[in-house]
Amino acid sequence: MSYRSRLPPLVLAGLFLLTPGCKKEGGAHPSSAQASSNLPAGTTKPDASKLAEDDGQWLTASKDAANTRYSRLKDIHAGNVKDLKLAWTWSTGLVRGHEAAPLVVGGTMYVVTPYPNRLVALDLTKEGAPVKWTYEPAPSPSAQGVACCDVVNRGAAYADGRLFYNTLDAHTVAVDAQTGKELWKTKLGDINKGETMTMAPLVVRDRVIVGNSGGEMGVRGWAAGLDTKTGAIAWRAMSTGPDADVLIGPHFKPFYASDQGKDLGVRTWPPDQWKIGGGSVWGWVSYDAALDLVFYGTGNPGPWNPDQRPGDNKWTCGIFARRPSTGEAVWFYQWSPHDLYDHDGINESIVADLTVDGKPRQVLIHPGRTGYVYVLDRATGQVLSATPFGHITTSTGVDLKTGRLQPVPGMETGFDKTIRGICPAAPGSKDWSPSAFNPETGMLYIPGNNLCEDAQGYEANYIAGTPYVGMNTKMYAGPGGNRGEFIGWDVAAGKKVFGIPEKFPVWSGVVVTAGDVAFYGTMDGWFKAVHARTGQELWKFKVGSGIIGQPITFRGPDGKQYVSVLSGVGGWAGAIVSGELDPRDDNIALGFGGAMKDLPQNTTRGGMLYTFALP
Amino acid sequence: MKPRILLGTLVLLTACEREQRRFQELPAAARPAARDVQVSELQPGPVAAPPSEPAPATRAASEDNAYDVSEGKRLYVWFNCAGCHAAGGGGGMGPPLLDAKWRYGSEPENIYATIVEGRPNGMPSFRGKIPDTQVWQLVAYVRSMSGLLKKDVAPGRSDTLNTRPSESSKARETPRPEEVEQPR
Repeated sequence: MSYRSRLPPLVLAGLFLLTPGCKKEGGAHPSSAQASSNLPAGTTKPDASKLAEDDGQWLTASKDAANTRYSRLKDIHAGNVKDLKLAWTWSTGLVRGHEAAPLVVGGTMYVVTPYPNRLVALDLTKEGAPVKWTYEPAPSPSAQGVACCDVVNRGAAYADGRLFYNTLDAHTVAVDAQTGKELWKTKLGDINKGETMTMAPLVVRDRVIVGNSGGEMGVRGWAAGLDTKTGAIAWRAMSTGPDADVLIGPHFKPFYASDQGKDLGVRTWPPDQWKIGGGSVWGWVSYDAALDLVFYGTGNPGPWNPDQRPGDNKWTCGIFARRPSTGEAVWFYQWSPHDLYDHDGINESIVADLTVDGKPRQVLIHPGRTGYVYVLDRATGQVLSATPFGHITTSTGVDLKTGRLQPVPGMETGFDKTIRGICPAAPGSKDWSPSAFNPETGMLYIPGNNLCEDAQGYEANYIAGTPYVGMNTKMYAGPGGNRGEFIGWDVAAGKKVFGIPEKFPVWSGVVVTAGDVAFYGTMDGWFKAVHARTGQELWKFKVGSGIIGQPITFRGPDGKQYVSVLSGVGGWAGAIVSGELDPRDDNIALGFGGAMKDLPQNTTRGGMLYTFALP
Repeated sequence: MKPRILLGTLVLLTACEREQRRFQELPAAARPAARDVQVSELQPGPVAAPPSEPAPATRAASEDNAYDVSEGKRLYVWFNCAGCHAAGGGGGMGPPLLDAKWRYGSEPENIYATIVEGRPNGMPSFRGKIPDTQVWQLVAYVRSMSGLLKKDVAPGRSDTLNTRPSESSKARETPRPEEVEQPR
């Protein structure tokens, strides 16, 4: 008889979680019944990092601080996933893009919707998972007008009985996980400057790490650390400007010479251009407890037209390592200095330990918009390797001596010229849609794009709160005609193990499990399970609307393993459907829509949560 | 020579509105007022006669003038309308202007109000930011995108990457109200 089967798993999980708290509180022994019903209760304060080790739950959008999206659950495995059946569904009642990951804490699932950013608690202990409560932050409707790429939200984070997430009108909120009551709400940005917030926060100890969106509106990017108890802004680190604003101090030790020097956030820009220079922080935050460093990427510089901003445009299109308590910068690396193509640097940087050239290395794995899988030393920011995984015509590689991306001469965009055959196009070989990494096998699962574009620069006028782009683009499918690809990638070997061509860009997240199954969704509405080693399709299910959300897996209160995903097409890639754009114009959705003209014939809009289980 | 002069006169006669350049703004009273149009079909109480049409002369001021429409096309990029509604008007952050659907009305006065007052779900208010004459030029250009202007007034070419056929070749889209499921 297995260990698991002797006790209901949730009770077991509860006891495990309670143990550290019990010691602190002098040996209180709540009954196991209490433990199972009160997991997120205020009386038990399980350490967030301990909770993250519990694969029965899903406590932060990216699963864990390392951003692996890897679950050790394996009741559903490559051998039986073909029998997966729909367990229950829930409609969000909204029709815009649903990019969030649901969270599961104890017996409750939490879903953050796109604007108007409702937080809904679903009771997993009851049949059909009925709604427990709904929290409505009431964001300003005007915020919809400055959201570049649909009114999406990428999810919440849980810690110590609280849920934290961002609203489109640039506030961060904390909500009591039991009652749905608002604990605090902090205004972080100004929609009149084009600032919105869409990213999923990460909680590190007593800090909620958040950042702004608005790279297409001439915002000045920043990340901030808020106090989890009060919502007070403990630090805010700008992505451009003087060192003092960027929280660069004496301990800042970037690896490459080009990132060393005083006030580069001012000196690598034309005068005052850094004040509207972008570098928004709208992607993923990861954390390594041993080094006590958070890692996050910065977005594109503004405007897209590079001729309006000569210089390296620090600290845009790069990655910062910072102290979570103070925000102090420790190192920085720039994926694409003087970005030419809107290749934001905000994709996830996964914390992993790898053997590189025979030596164990503590690394970050970053499948970037530029089309390379980067492997960085996470203590120093040194690039160990940058291997192409997409079709690239814009650069020839990364010089490992200088760390610098090597652009292809003649492909530079700018004033009054039309550059054709730019690959990857602005959304990159992979956009924000997060990959999953199995630390046991060293395999990375990349939701990829295969898009190229023509681009013509023109003078962008800065008017606060309006788009600041200066680039006309038309996108189209890359070689092969498939606009997306789901890629299985051996990180240590730097090799593609398998690639599954998809008609549309793969805009969903990925989850991979110890059962050798990887789950992802397609924009034409298929939720798929593939063999994690071979890419062989094992199961698929047609959902109501295209999938751009992040799938998760968890163990329900009944002890069964479940897989959940939000369907609801939209986002930048799906704006043609969610915003009902006119396909007769190639430039719709900043040029992306031109490549997606047949999406309306392949899916319709509407947000629905799907949960699957074995019979 | 005679036929040529005759032809020239004929062209001048038909095209005078199209070519006219005004160097002074129209007096405020000559401009159509937004209160003359409504965006809802519903009217409480007995259905009244439809509101009187604004004087054709004022409506035509920009709409029949090729210079005004081409200025509108330039300003559409200049004031970053293109960033939200796309270079060709197919939409993005904002709704399409190329199609038949109008959320807040298709009449020039409606569009004027949309630009100046803003709309609650994302359209900014440009009140005090764009000179009145230029707002009317924008209004005329916006209407040209869905083929609501005369063919000889709508722009026939672009100075930039073409992302759709020209405004002058656009077939008229008969305006209809947009059905909006969200928001309420």
